[in-house]
Amino acid sequence: MSDVQTRHTDSEPNPTPAGVPATMRWRVVDIVVASVLAVAIGIVFWAWSNSWETISAPFQALYPPTKGLLTGVWVLGGVLGGLIIRKPGAALYVEVLAAIVSAVPGNYFGLMVIVSGLIQGFGAELIFAALRYRRYTLTATLIAGLGAGLSLAIGENIFYNAAWTFEHKALYTVFAGISGMVLAGLVSWFALKAIARTGALGAFASGRSAREV
Amino acid sequence: MNADLLVPVVRETALVRCNPVAKLAAGAVLAVAVVLSIDVVSAAVMLGLVVLMLPLTGLDLAILVKRLWFLPLAALMAGWGTALLSQKTGTVIVDAGPLLLTSDSLTMGAAVALRALALALPAVILIATIDPTDLADSLIQHLRLPATFVLAALAAARLVTLFIAEWQTLTQARRARGVAGGNVFARVGGFFQTSFALLVQAIRRGTRLAMAMEGRGFGAQDRTWARVSSFHPRDGVLLAGAIIAAAVTIGAAVAAGTWNFIFTIGS
Amino acid sequence: MAAATGGVDVLARGFGWRHSGRKRAAVSDIDLSIEAGERVLLLGSSGAGKSTLLHAIAGVLPSESGYRTGELLVDGRPPDPTSGTTGLVLQDPDAQVVLARLGDDVCFGMENTGVDPAAMPARAREALATVGLDLPWDHPTSALSGGQKQRLALAGVLAMTPGLMVLDEPTANIDPAAVPEVCQAVLGAQAASGATLLIVEHRVDIWAEHVDRIIVLGETGVVADGSPAAVLHDPELRGNLTAAGVWLPGAALPQPRTRQSAGAVLLEADGLAVARARRGPVAVSDLSIDLAEGQALALVGHNGAGKSTTALTLGGLLPARAGRVRATPRLLDLGHGAPRHSDPHRWPAADLVARIGTVFQEPEHQFLTTTVADELRLGPRQAGCTPAETEARVAELLERLRLTRLAGAHPHTLSGGEKRRLSVACMMATRPPVLIIDEPTFGQDANTWRELAALSCELLDAGTALLTVSHDAEFLQAIAAERMLFGRGQAVRA
Repeated sequence: MSDVQTRHTDSEPNPTPAGVPATMRWRVVDIVVASVLAVAIGIVFWAWSNSWETISAPFQALYPPTKGLLTGVWVLGGVLGGLIIRKPGAALYVEVLAAIVSAVPGNYFGLMVIVSGLIQGFGAELIFAALRYRRYTLTATLIAGLGAGLSLAIGENIFYNAAWTFEHKALYTVFAGISGMVLAGLVSWFALKAIARTGALGAFASGRSAREV
Repeated sequence: MNADLLVPVVRETALVRCNPVAKLAAGAVLAVAVVLSIDVVSAAVMLGLVVLMLPLTGLDLAILVKRLWFLPLAALMAGWGTALLSQKTGTVIVDAGPLLLTSDSLTMGAAVALRALALALPAVILIATIDPTDLADSLIQHLRLPATFVLAALAAARLVTLFIAEWQTLTQARRARGVAGGNVFARVGGFFQTSFALLVQAIRRGTRLAMAMEGRGFGAQDRTWARVSSFHPRDGVLLAGAIIAAAVTIGAAVAAGTWNFIFTIGS
Repeated sequence: MAAATGGVDVLARGFGWRHSGRKRAAVSDIDLSIEAGERVLLLGSSGAGKSTLLHAIAGVLPSESGYRTGELLVDGRPPDPTSGTTGLVLQDPDAQVVLARLGDDVCFGMENTGVDPAAMPARAREALATVGLDLPWDHPTSALSGGQKQRLALAGVLAMTPGLMVLDEPTANIDPAAVPEVCQAVLGAQAASGATLLIVEHRVDIWAEHVDRIIVLGETGVVADGSPAAVLHDPELRGNLTAAGVWLPGAALPQPRTRQSAGAVLLEADGLAVARARRGPVAVSDLSIDLAEGQALALVGHNGAGKSTTALTLGGLLPARAGRVRATPRLLDLGHGAPRHSDPHRWPAADLVARIGTVFQEPEHQFLTTTVADELRLGPRQAGCTPAETEARVAELLERLRLTRLAGAHPHTLSGGEKRRLSVACMMATRPPVLIIDEPTFGQDANTWRELAALSCELLDAGTALLTVSHDAEFLQAIAAERMLFGRGQAVRA
């Protein structure tokens, strides 16, 4: 496969700055961990919809755009995936796969989850791409969360909320943007820091800081 | 995938034996026909057609109803939201302070609810009748998707059962440490903490899986295939059936004058 | 791809590997030469970098993840897993199954290395026969036991006809009862292929009589290298290996505890039926169990017999399906808080942790904080201990379990043995009268094993009731546990 880096056993100290992978190409470990991470995030989506979506139902019944405040969790896959794997397409891939996994027990989006996953993953991917896959700061992560949240709202407004009047769609978009920034952006940032401290990211540039221990 | 999550297939029908990519294509055709318009006629016609086709799917229908009871509820919820927020034209039905429902907004709500079910049901059938390994073979051999990604996703999908069990174990382990329960904030915090623990386990397991797969040559350039995915005339029949169902759906809505294209609603 | 062509050689000259982000190299200055077809057992302490060396030889250390020094050659070339020269079997049975159907999984390696599809079924069946997995081609891999999964991984490797088979603790995570089958499968596979065999394992007795050579890794590279007889009979080396936690053949076991008459009953169950899921099948029914102060009770039996489910139910973590679990007034009165109900499953978590401590099989499942000391503080705090009391207990446990040096370390970064000690210490911190431990000695080295046995005896003598799920007969003998045998949906006192 051309998308897998040809193995070379030489491993010169890499000249790239700390936190940035030496190449843009996907290694086997990138592909497999991205896939497994996506499946785990799919389970988190599923647990989320089982518990908190139900509890928030009264709010949604009173004024449906408030559900935008909780949609940030749905775009977590793209932001966290992009932040951990740090390869082109990682945000998109993790979000799409996580969305598909979360649909396995059944939901009312049907096959459209693939489209939703693409739209939501694209929002985060666009930001990481604009930063040439080299900047993974707190600001970059928050903007990626915002981007993913906004693209989720745009997609939902077109496909599901199409019959709402404009002001409700607009408010939903604002809520979803904020939610994406906090529940996907900020949460991913802290999650990455916490995961890195467990030592689980040894094989990834995202798990390394400039400091050696 | 977790057998407990899926609706079991009790009869090996022709539809069950179709190539997964043909099933996906048929599902996509049906989804497009439903998603492009929000109107009662197209949603109802499609839902009716899919329900009529259920006996051909070989699914255990009693379990289907038992397991997916929440789908109609979720659909009603979505419909309710639209009834509240869409254009309040037509005759006023309910006018109670902030709550205003009109004939048009209620019709729109009903359309959204039916449409949600018409979208959901074909996907339930697809997920229950597609074997993940066959799907991966077909995606790689026919749609030319990158093999490494598809195979890694397939290997990872096998972990769904394991992760669900792990989620339960993590929840029990929290209680054993004395930190479960509490108010709503403690519970939200607990949700994130459990999710975090699951992600850490997933990354560790993924790293080991990558090593195991690479240890068996995964990622090499010249891969061969033990299984060959092929098409059969029944795949053509399935796709033709889906196209006819889509045409009937759209045709009925246009003929009834209710066709309501999503990109032009409100304009 | 040629058919089985015998083994390939391995050569390391000044080889070393440092993981990125670490100052210290995982392995350094390794010089060794392994001949084609040799069977080699690799030993060393847990920090000696055995696994890193093994992964380097298999070529699976991810590029970009570290820095190499020196030279490492397999069959005269740098290791390349995609060449099909090397096959790797790892410790964790669950992380190695790739595909859902048995036959497909065996073919996975052959597909990757470009074997002609027409030749695959025959080669796969031959490999399955060699490892003794006589199951249908479509058998779901999820239904296999740990030992069967290890044999499946081995079959997948064998079907690739590698010149070198590399095994990283292949029997560490499976039932002791399944170890001989896996061992036979490995030796059979080696004999059939003539491949070079390189194994890392803590338990020397499994392999010692079957290998040609033992290599011992230390902090400074290879510290011993020779025939099993020569290495295992060298008194100095033997001392070092014992200190490193290696299980040596003929090593003395601790004196079994003298069983004392049990005290007051703390926890009782009758007519109990347990199930893992609310709507799932019943695992065991009609159970009657009393657990008293100072009593050691072991739940034994094959995998899937419902031992862990029973332990979770008794520990108040799962609801009983039928019958009831009851804490006696004595247990209710002990510790902070005052549960109003006698069924532990209905207690608030804080009352539970003060009375019944459950240690899970996988320590990482129970870690909730970011330092070892915080991890120990959590329980007493939840149970309502005063800060002074909490600190005193934390200091005592750190000392008792030799974790003081690691008080500020992140729990996840500890070694396997340290994690196990910490997970037990966490549940001891609230001094619960009842302690439930699931597979305490699973995958542990000899040092941790001895410590756990000694600690358990100490707790029992102090009056703690200890319930354990274990396959480890030697451990149960050491703590003089009464046995309850599980099987066919029932359990009887043995």
